[in-house]
Amino acid sequence: MQFDPFIIPFNIGLYFILIYVVVRSVRWFSGLSRANKLRLQRGFFGKAFGQSIKEIFLESLIHRKILKSNPRLGYMHMSLAFGWFLLILFGTIEADVFGAHHLNAPYKAIFFKFFYPEHGRLGFEALYSFLMDLILAFILSGLVLAIIKRFSSKAVGMKKTTKLRILDKIALTSLWLIFPSRLLAESLTSGAYGTGSFLTGSLGSILASFLPANELAYPFWWLYSLSLGTFFILLPLTRYMHIPTELFLIFARNSGITTGDQPGAFKEIQVYSCSSCGICIDACQLNFSAGITNIQSAYLMKGIRNNENVSDIAFNCLMCGRCDIKCPVGIELTPLRMLSRRAGEIVENERSIIKKYFPDRQPIISTRPASDPSYGFLKQYEPEKTDIIYFAGCMTHLTPSIKNSMIKILEASGVRYNFLDEQGGVCCGRPLMLAGEDREARELINHNSQLIWKSGAHTIVTSCPICYKVFKESYYLDVEVLHHSQFIKNIIEDGSLKLNFLRRKVTYHTPCDLGRGSGVYNEPKDVLKYVARLQETRFEDENSLCCGGSLGNMKISSRQKSKIAHDVVAELTKDNPDIVATSCPLCKKTLSAATTTKVADICEIVADSIVNPDIKKKLTEADWSFKVPAELHD
Amino acid sequence: MENFGFSILKERHIDFNTNSRHIADYISEREPSFRICIECGCCAATCTTGNFTSFSLRELQILLRRGENDKARENINKCMLCGKCTLVCPRGVNTRNVVTLARQAFQKFKADAV
Repeated sequence: MQFDPFIIPFNIGLYFILIYVVVRSVRWFSGLSRANKLRLQRGFFGKAFGQSIKEIFLESLIHRKILKSNPRLGYMHMSLAFGWFLLILFGTIEADVFGAHHLNAPYKAIFFKFFYPEHGRLGFEALYSFLMDLILAFILSGLVLAIIKRFSSKAVGMKKTTKLRILDKIALTSLWLIFPSRLLAESLTSGAYGTGSFLTGSLGSILASFLPANELAYPFWWLYSLSLGTFFILLPLTRYMHIPTELFLIFARNSGITTGDQPGAFKEIQVYSCSSCGICIDACQLNFSAGITNIQSAYLMKGIRNNENVSDIAFNCLMCGRCDIKCPVGIELTPLRMLSRRAGEIVENERSIIKKYFPDRQPIISTRPASDPSYGFLKQYEPEKTDIIYFAGCMTHLTPSIKNSMIKILEASGVRYNFLDEQGGVCCGRPLMLAGEDREARELINHNSQLIWKSGAHTIVTSCPICYKVFKESYYLDVEVLHHSQFIKNIIEDGSLKLNFLRRKVTYHTPCDLGRGSGVYNEPKDVLKYVARLQETRFEDENSLCCGGSLGNMKISSRQKSKIAHDVVAELTKDNPDIVATSCPLCKKTLSAATTTKVADICEIVADSIVNPDIKKKLTEADWSFKVPAELHD
Repeated sequence: MENFGFSILKERHIDFNTNSRHIADYISEREPSFRICIECGCCAATCTTGNFTSFSLRELQILLRRGENDKARENINKCMLCGKCTLVCPRGVNTRNVVTLARQAFQKFKADAV
């Protein structure tokens, strides 16, 4: 028996998806910029190849990142992905070794039992069918978890799971049907022939005892083939497109391709790599603090894939980057969101079925109309020549205690500095970027860049993480950019600043733009360790929370913001610290409105503990004046 | 019109018959907190742009509400969206969104602008 009509749906599906993936990959490759094409070629035929294969094995099959953070969810994904892979691999080997010929067509491996029902009775054959049963049991255990997850996501350790569309649901059902139908088809065939191992064999003999196994098996083979075929045909239209796309993404990423700030083929690859697993939903503070559950990155990716107007989703986000860190696929979610913000509103249109399978290229140029220059009123002037520029930033001007503390520290350290925006400077440009207005932001960036360049400074110190991030990333300046925490750490370590130790318990809140946004985690903590006793919280470093006041979110109300701030403060003050320290004026302002505990910027704490030589001098002077005159002794 | 021997100063004249409040409606539909502004002027006092020009968000709010859109259109692009006004607002008006929505609205209704 070499052929049977029931394999037709499977064959159609399989060859369709193979050809489709090749065509799609070629389209993606041709859509990359010239430099990125070269990078990918070099990565594919070079050192990065091994690394990519390793990552594909660990992440796409084993799902290591999910396993680490949530073992139950990880097991579910692993059993389906890795189990299926093993089933195909060992099935192919089985067909090759035990079949009539070598190098069979794929369907021989998938429907091996149908074509060789007598296989697996004795010796090594029985051992091999035991292995195949074991793999099938492994997959089925994951499937049970997946079905439970659909009804109660808490059971697998997820608070929320992604809401699906109709096509996704059909594809999901066909995916779920694949393995039970295989189990039943194999069991019934085994039952009829008295073969099979611990799973298919025992189930088969039970079923055969009261059912006509041989006649019933055939419809289940049809079902198995049909569900495979349906799944393959629907795959490009659903979230399961992430399976082939992720392979491409891993190669591209390991070749050094990044999103940058240009939309294009790499953006599309990342958007299709999202599996809608929903881990970003659990990570999102808008979900667990403010109760907004329809704007998370999984939905943004899905909206972009389906060519919807995502501007409402794109702008309703704190841009804290928590989902970026948690994403098991490693998609650069925040940069992608910035691109959507820049694109503005998209006109939705119904696409034909062919357009759905082969969507148009993402437009490279933003569709937003250009307006006239807005900041013509800004006048250039000659700033004082200096070594170090202190740029407080808008938010610091709203919290003058931070500004004054920084001035005190700068004076005490004895460096030559110039307070660039002492009389209120120009905004750094990042708030405009966050609002999707890059061209306007460029005007401000040019203005500030010229001022900094004219001052001849070699270092900029800023008190605001928002400014820090944009100075680092979007200003093309040949100066060292430091956040004040880094600057203070430097001057403490080179001995220009002497500090007293304050007997205070302090917890530290990492600002988003400084921590996840710019990778500065340790310097502020090191500074705090010099002056106070630092307590750990549940949310440290990469896992730190956003204060809620972020300029990233254009949509949420002040009440929702303060709800987030209250939740964050409750976490930070769990161990009753004397001070909640942070290193961002905006975080300070938001958090202090939500608590009675003192909230202070690290530079305020440092300024309080500066050893002041003047005081000692005055005390000795005072001693002189209180000396009792010699004549009174007599 | 009857001549009473005196006239109204043009700049003191709010003519609701010719003014159009469609921009204000567009904003308040999408950002309801636009309605609760009490025109206290905290936003204008803290404004980064206000430091360089006579730009005032309070004035802008008033103009938009009256439907005097021409003057608002001249000034709306001067805002740097730094967000200080949102932080100082005693009523919790999401001022950054008000400004972005106003810009959007002016772009959108550019064709039928007078």
